[in-house]
Amino acid sequence: MNPAAVEVRDLEFSYPDGRTALRGANLRVEAGRKVALLGPNGAGKTTLALHLNGIYRAAAGWVRIGGLEVEEKNLLEIRRRVGMVFQDPNDQLFMPTVAQDAAFGPANLGVAGRELEERVDEALRTAGISGAAHRPPHHLSGGERRRAALATVLAMRPDLLVLDEPGSGLDPAGRRDLIDTLAGLPMTMLVITHDLWFAGELCERSALMDGGRVVAELPTGELLADKKLLARSRLEFPRRSVKKAGPGGV
Amino acid sequence: MHGHSPLHRLAPECKTAAVFGFVVAAAVTPGEAAWAFGVYALAVAGAARLGRIRLRFILARLAAAAPFILFAFLIPFVAAGERVEIWGVGVSRPGLWATWAIIAKAVIGASAGILLAAVTEVPEIIRGLRRLRVPAMLVSIAGFMVRYLELIAEELGRMRIAMLSRGWRGRGARSVRPLAGATGAMFVRSYERGERVYAAMLSRGYTGEMPDVFNKPAPRSHWLACLSVPLAAAAVAVLARVTL
Repeated sequence: MNPAAVEVRDLEFSYPDGRTALRGANLRVEAGRKVALLGPNGAGKTTLALHLNGIYRAAAGWVRIGGLEVEEKNLLEIRRRVGMVFQDPNDQLFMPTVAQDAAFGPANLGVAGRELEERVDEALRTAGISGAAHRPPHHLSGGERRRAALATVLAMRPDLLVLDEPGSGLDPAGRRDLIDTLAGLPMTMLVITHDLWFAGELCERSALMDGGRVVAELPTGELLADKKLLARSRLEFPRRSVKKAGPGGV
Repeated sequence: MHGHSPLHRLAPECKTAAVFGFVVAAAVTPGEAAWAFGVYALAVAGAARLGRIRLRFILARLAAAAPFILFAFLIPFVAAGERVEIWGVGVSRPGLWATWAIIAKAVIGASAGILLAAVTEVPEIIRGLRRLRVPAMLVSIAGFMVRYLELIAEELGRMRIAMLSRGWRGRGARSVRPLAGATGAMFVRSYERGERVYAAMLSRGYTGEMPDVFNKPAPRSHWLACLSVPLAAAAVAVLARVTL
């Protein structure tokens, strides 16, 4: 049997200020799947994600990516395998231009010259941001920044894409375009969100986190139909739509 | 504003090196050789014409050099040496020359720098510095500063609007305390942003050294074209010294 793309076992973690963020989290993502990681604010989603590429180190438990344990000696290979798209693209785009930013990751892996250029072109094309290659990030719109951030990670040709709130701050059309782009990518994906539409459109399975643990793991359709579970996890669809306009005015 | 001219197209490291050499030559030229500064000024004006940069654009930005120039006006009153009288006030002759030299050199140097900035985009200047073998750490710091300055300014602007929206006046002694608080908050936010950016860098395999991306050496013709300027300036500087 092939190793799982992500395997997290009994993961525990506390921040230096003493706040416990993970209390024995378990998660398994099979290769090629697109999985949503849902949960309320403070459930530990982002903290878990930052363990997948070794930014945070487990206080107890372990993480394996494609069978390779996340530990000091494997970090560079782990970071090649795991492409992390952060919540705020401004944190991710730190080089003077989009193309240089996309080159940063592969260059760290030792890719250079013609191959580097090809990788950057390919990543920018896949993310749909080729037109902005030589523009500085602060001249991009929110949607373009999101795509540029995605391109910087695609350029590393990761096996696993971890996206933290990819839809936040995008207008509906921008969100739709991003979902279409992501749906067309072949790699395994873990999408952190509390946007149920995003999860429903993109991910066949969902893991639900609460209180530093993964409390449920099931097909997204089932999760979205389970109103009680959603309510317990502080996730919900609109209860009612506004039926009639008031008299006069806007 | 970044149009296209022969100057715009030159490799950034060549332009930066040329401006640096030109400014050094102007700085070591003795102030008494006033004609040399005329030649330098003509060189800057000629380059501006070549780069399709209007002189008014450069003059407006020269205001940044004003503090240095104001300071120079004090020198004739405090310097020693032979005194001459101007409007009944005794001033030092060497001091007057020093004032002239400071003003001339500041204006020439600042104009060359403004011209460089006008025909080279900032990211290009940063890349140019890297190729000129300026220590990678300094180049990275300059790059991050350029990248995040605008973001921090935006954040500060939003914070100001939020304060104004809640009745802050923005003027007078009582407005200072909240402003100090906001500045502190700004500092903490920037620090946290720094940590997030660092995490993003680590995630893409950063190991402590910035990779050199797309490093293509500048064509020899660019170097020849650019270096002719500081070489000519150096010749003028030498001539100014020997003919004094």
